[in-house]
Amino acid sequence: MATAVSSTPLVRVDRISKHFGEGETRVDALREVSIDVYPGQVVALLGPSGSGKTTLLNVIGCILDPSSGSMELDGEVVIENGRWLRSNLRQLRLDKIGFIFQFHNLIPFLDATDNVALVLQLAGADAAPARRRAVELLDYLEVGHRKSAMPAKLSGGEAQRVAIARALANRPRIILADEPTAALDSKRAGIVMDLLRKVAVEQEAAIIAVTHDEKIFDRFDHIFSLRDGRLDSEHDTSRAA
Amino acid sequence: MNLAYRDIRHNLFRFLLTCIGLGLLLGVVLAMIGIYRGLVVDALTIARAPAVDLWVVEANTRGPFAEASRIPGDIREAIARIAGVASAGSITYQTVETEHRGGKLRLYVIGYEPTRPGGPPEISEGRAIARSHYEMVADRSSGLVLGDRIGLGRNVFSVVGLTRHQVNSGGDPAVYITLRDAQKLQFDLAPPAARVQLARGTGGASRDTVNAVVARLQPNSSPDAVAETVRQWKHLAAITQEAQELILTRSLVDRARRQIGLFTSLLLVVSAVIIALIIYTMTMEKLRQIATLKLIGAPDRTIIGMIVQQAMALGLIGFAIGATLIVVIKDYFPRRVVLEPDNVIVLGLIVFTVCLVSSGLGVRAALRVDPATALGG
Repeated sequence: MATAVSSTPLVRVDRISKHFGEGETRVDALREVSIDVYPGQVVALLGPSGSGKTTLLNVIGCILDPSSGSMELDGEVVIENGRWLRSNLRQLRLDKIGFIFQFHNLIPFLDATDNVALVLQLAGADAAPARRRAVELLDYLEVGHRKSAMPAKLSGGEAQRVAIARALANRPRIILADEPTAALDSKRAGIVMDLLRKVAVEQEAAIIAVTHDEKIFDRFDHIFSLRDGRLDSEHDTSRAA
Repeated sequence: MNLAYRDIRHNLFRFLLTCIGLGLLLGVVLAMIGIYRGLVVDALTIARAPAVDLWVVEANTRGPFAEASRIPGDIREAIARIAGVASAGSITYQTVETEHRGGKLRLYVIGYEPTRPGGPPEISEGRAIARSHYEMVADRSSGLVLGDRIGLGRNVFSVVGLTRHQVNSGGDPAVYITLRDAQKLQFDLAPPAARVQLARGTGGASRDTVNAVVARLQPNSSPDAVAETVRQWKHLAAITQEAQELILTRSLVDRARRQIGLFTSLLLVVSAVIIALIIYTMTMEKLRQIATLKLIGAPDRTIIGMIVQQAMALGLIGFAIGATLIVVIKDYFPRRVVLEPDNVIVLGLIVFTVCLVSSGLGVRAALRVDPATALGG
């Protein structure tokens, strides 16, 4: 479980706050949360419902504006004092972040290869090299034999591996996962977590996962627990191991 | 990678079914436009058939189509002598219902003088009337064929020639007979009634009455000037061909024309709403996929392109199906369906615009989707 950790964080969240509404209806979803995630780390965001873990994931994923705080992704300051420093967040996501979803969210009308190649083509790759790279990724994730299958024909584990391949397509150094194993049995959940760890180590990526799945808690290097929008505790499981 | 094409290919059966449904709807719209145009064309056909410049009718009427008109038959000779008139012919019109092959047959009987203006514009099969009695040239839409014998009044006529597309504004097929036969058919009394008239001493009245005299003018003559000359006879009215056509389209078939026009407009509105609903629904069904696309970094143009291309494909295929359907079956309609290229092009442009506007609604919904909705269950 022990991981070689660089001294420079890939994700640096510095006193990020987020509130919704004002006055009596104001809800503080995040209150000055600060976390650092390093290359090669696989970390978990834990907490009860409403604790702010999905809000934090959305801020890190550049799909939600924070109210205050700063954030640095892969060495680039993207939020300063609650303001985005980049205007094209979609391009930022395409370049730096890969997403893995609870229910894979593969595009149903594209086969496994094209689901992966799509991300590459969105980033400007030509069709043929994109498909070659997609097939390589599917092989890497041991689902190459299903490269022509439509998502509806894939098993849950296969679909999730295709989704991971899609998340890795542009070689992002930050991978955000929302309940990546919730729809899988414990055996397949273990396989997916092993794959994520392999990616984190081999590509020096930081993987941040929101999870409730107790059966995979021991697969994380670091666990951040949130409660009522605050960072309640953090636990370095790699050192414990 | 063309996402619109991939999505259509993935749900091809459903997409084609939607296109067929839309095609049928657009086919109905095209049929209504065709019927609308057919009504006008039919109304003008009979008036244009004699290829004349002037219609002389009874004073204070707008005959012979919009109102009844009766004038003495010898007026034709007077009209023919007017300066600028090249030729003139007497003509009668009447609707007759007769029996043929065990069924009722409504015919629009036109009586004309075979050597003068007023006859059928062209004979598509057989020959023109050659004998002075009991021969007939019939329109194909009557169902009559060469050699058929059909009773009109107390006489039996032989079909010697056939024409095409000669129907009156009500859609009744036209048949041409000689003026003398037509006058007998229109004005001869049945024997008992004739006997009563004779007993009253009123049976000897002339039956040389016609509904109109039509005139062709010399090339350098002005129809208005000749009409003005005719109007000097107080018992006659003169209508130019242009005015006659205006009467037919603005008066005789105007109500039916407006009725069909309104119905066509309503159908167009219904089609527009249905197209908008289909495209909007197609987009709403893909909102989660659109959210995922946005989350993984797809630019707006990719998403807009997918929706607009699908909307255009739907409109194009639906329109092609509708247009093909109507072109194939239009001859089976009981009334003439006239599809002019400009009508088809205009409807195509309307469908294109509706699809574009409708896809705008879908695009608006798609662009409002929060990429965060792709996360979580």
